[in-house]
Amino acid sequence: MSGGREAMLARVRAALVPAAEVPEIPRAYRQAGALGTGGDSATVKLFCDRVADYRATVKRVTAEELPGALTAACAQRGARRVAMPADAPPWAVEGVELVRDNPALSPRQLDELDGVLSGCALAIAETGTIVLDAIGASGRRALTLVPDYHLCVVRSADIVPSVPDAVAALAPAAAEGRPITFISGPSATVDIELVRVEGVHGPRTLDVFVVDS
Amino acid sequence: MSKTGFPAAARRELADAQMRRNVGKATSTIRARRAARVAEVPDWEALRDAGAAIKARAMATLPEQLERLEASVTRAGGQVHWAHDAAECNAIVSGIVRGHGAPEVIKVKSLATDEIGMNDALAKDGVAAIETDLAELINQLGHDTSSHILVPAIHRNRAEIKQLFERTVARGEDLGWEPKALAEAARCHLREKFLSVPVATSGANFAVAETGTIGVVESEGNGRMCLTLPQVLITVMGIEKVLPEWRDLEVFVQLLPRSATGERMNPYTSLWTGVHAGDGPQEFHLVLLDNGRTDVLADEVGRSALHCIRCSACLNSCPVYSRVGGHAYESVYPGPIGAILTPQLRGLENAPTLPYASSLCGACYEFCPVKINIPSVLLHLRGRVVREYKSKRSPEALAMETIGRVFASQGLYERAQKLARLGHGPIMAAALPGWTSMRGLPEVPQQTFREWWRSRPPEPADAAGPAS
Repeated sequence: MSGGREAMLARVRAALVPAAEVPEIPRAYRQAGALGTGGDSATVKLFCDRVADYRATVKRVTAEELPGALTAACAQRGARRVAMPADAPPWAVEGVELVRDNPALSPRQLDELDGVLSGCALAIAETGTIVLDAIGASGRRALTLVPDYHLCVVRSADIVPSVPDAVAALAPAAAEGRPITFISGPSATVDIELVRVEGVHGPRTLDVFVVDS
Repeated sequence: MSKTGFPAAARRELADAQMRRNVGKATSTIRARRAARVAEVPDWEALRDAGAAIKARAMATLPEQLERLEASVTRAGGQVHWAHDAAECNAIVSGIVRGHGAPEVIKVKSLATDEIGMNDALAKDGVAAIETDLAELINQLGHDTSSHILVPAIHRNRAEIKQLFERTVARGEDLGWEPKALAEAARCHLREKFLSVPVATSGANFAVAETGTIGVVESEGNGRMCLTLPQVLITVMGIEKVLPEWRDLEVFVQLLPRSATGERMNPYTSLWTGVHAGDGPQEFHLVLLDNGRTDVLADEVGRSALHCIRCSACLNSCPVYSRVGGHAYESVYPGPIGAILTPQLRGLENAPTLPYASSLCGACYEFCPVKINIPSVLLHLRGRVVREYKSKRSPEALAMETIGRVFASQGLYERAQKLARLGHGPIMAAALPGWTSMRGLPEVPQQTFREWWRSRPPEPADAAGPAS
C-alpha cells in the first residue's frame, strides 16, 4: 500500500498549507526530579497509602521478613503453585511450589497455576502504580496477567515520587523496545451501573510487599 | 438506525426515562470523582497547558511525526499500513486476518474501529470480531450501540444486562443481581477466547514517534490479554494519536485517567514497541487511518478537535449530553467533542445539526484536559453550516436581509416600530410558531424613545447647563 502512503502524506501536507504555528512546549509542571529522587520514607508511605486506596493489600517488610510474609499470603489465598519470572531472585515460599518461567510457560499452563510472584522495574508513589518492564524480576507480560493472583515485591529504593520520574527512568526500556506495563490495583470495571467490580480479566487479587532496602 | 439529525434524535431519546436516569446518575458520579482527583494535583493547569501545546505541535508537524513513527515501528519489527478511508482500513485488517486463516479475532475496545464499522466489514468476510471489554460485549450481544465514550453501555441497567447475559453467555443459568456475578460470567465466557484466538485487534491511545511505542489504557485486563496472548496483533490508529517524544507520555498518562474515570491511574496501561522476542505477539501491524482527519486538519479553527484524547470529561460536564445521552448524537463520538468532530469527519452536509447541539455554556472547555475550545469551534462550524449549506433564500436569511434594510433607514425604522405595536400579540405568535412554542415574546412598549423625546415639554433655558 505504498501508493496509499504517499497519497496520504500528500493530503496531510496539503492540509497544513498555510503552515500551522509550531508551539514550544511549556513544561511548567513538576518534571522528573522535582520531588526528589524517591525511596525516602515519605515517598514509601505515600506509595503504600495509594496502593491501599485501590483495594490492593500492601505490607511493609524487611528483607528478613519477606519469606514469612509471602508464605502467609499464599496460605491465606490458598495458592499452592505459583509462577515466577525466569530471572527472578531466588525467592522461597514455604509450602508453595514456585514454577520458574524457564522454559517459558504457555498461557494454558499459566491458567492452571494459582498465582504469580514477581518484582517490578519501579513504582510510582503519587499514583500507587507498579511498573513492569519485561526483564529481570518483572518477567514476561503473560506471566503477571493470566494467573488470578499477583504477589508483587517492590524494593523501597525503586519507588519514585511522580509519573514524570517513572517516564524518565523508563526511557531506556522504551528505546530497547521492551514492553512496559503500568499496574494500579487489581483489574476492575464500572461498566454495570457504575458499580466498581474488582477483577475482570486480569488478576483479581493483588498483594504488594514493600521491602525496606 | 437511520440518521435523523440531532433535534429529532434528542426528542426520541428524551422519551426514554430509564436512559435519562442512568445517564444523569453516571455523569454526575463521574463528575464528582474527577473533581476530587483533579483537585489533588497542584500543577493540573500546567499539565493542561503542556498537553494542549504537545497536541498542537504534533498536528502542526504531522507529516514528519508520521514518518518518524513509521520508521520507529518498522525498526522494532512492526509493519505499518496507510488507510485513506474506512473501506481501505477494513480491507487491510481483513486481509491480514484471513491471511492467517483465523475465523475469529478478539478485540480491545476501540473508537477508531467502531468509526470504520470494522466488525461488520469483517463479518462480511466471514470473520467474527469478539468484543472483550465488558460494556462493548454487552452492546455487541444486545445488538446495541455505544452511548458513552468510556462506559458505552451506561444506558443499560443491571436488570437488562442480567437478562441479556442469561440468554447468551450464561446459556440459561440464573446469574443473580450482583454486578460482580455478571462480570464473572463475562470473564468465564471470554477466558477461553483469550487463550485460543490467534489474532487480536486494538486501537491506540498514544503512539510515540520517537520510539515507536504504542499505548493502550484500560481497566479490566481484557486489553492486556489481547495485546499479549495472540500471535498476531493489528492496531488501528487515527493519525492524530501520534505524540512526538517519549517524554510527552508523562503529561498524558497524568491527564487521561483523572479526566476520564476520576482515578489517579487506571488499572492497566500497556506500552509496546514493535515485536519483542519471546514476549507477546510476534507479528505486529499498525494501520494509520485518515478517514476524514486530513479534512479536519485543513480547517484552521476546527483542527483543534484532533487534539482530543477521548477522556469523555466533556460529555460528563455537558448539560445537554447529561440529558439526551449518547445515542442522540448518532455517532461513535457523542457529546460536545462529537458535536465538533463528527460533522468535520463526515462532512458538514452529513451532520449539519450537531454544531447546534449545545447551549454554549462552556463547561466542556473548562473540563477538557487539552483545552480544546469546543464552544468557539461550535460557533465556527455553525458559521460554516450557514455559509456553505443553508440557502440564501431561507426564511432566516430573508428576514435578516429585510431587517438590515429597515435598520439602515430612519423612516423605515420608525414605521416598522409602529407596525410592531399594531402586529404584536396573536399575529406575531402566528408568524413565529417555532419561537413562541417555548417562550413568550417581549412586550412592545406603547411609546418609543423617539416619540417620548419629541413629546417632552420644552425645558427652561437656565436648567440646561450644569450647575456651577
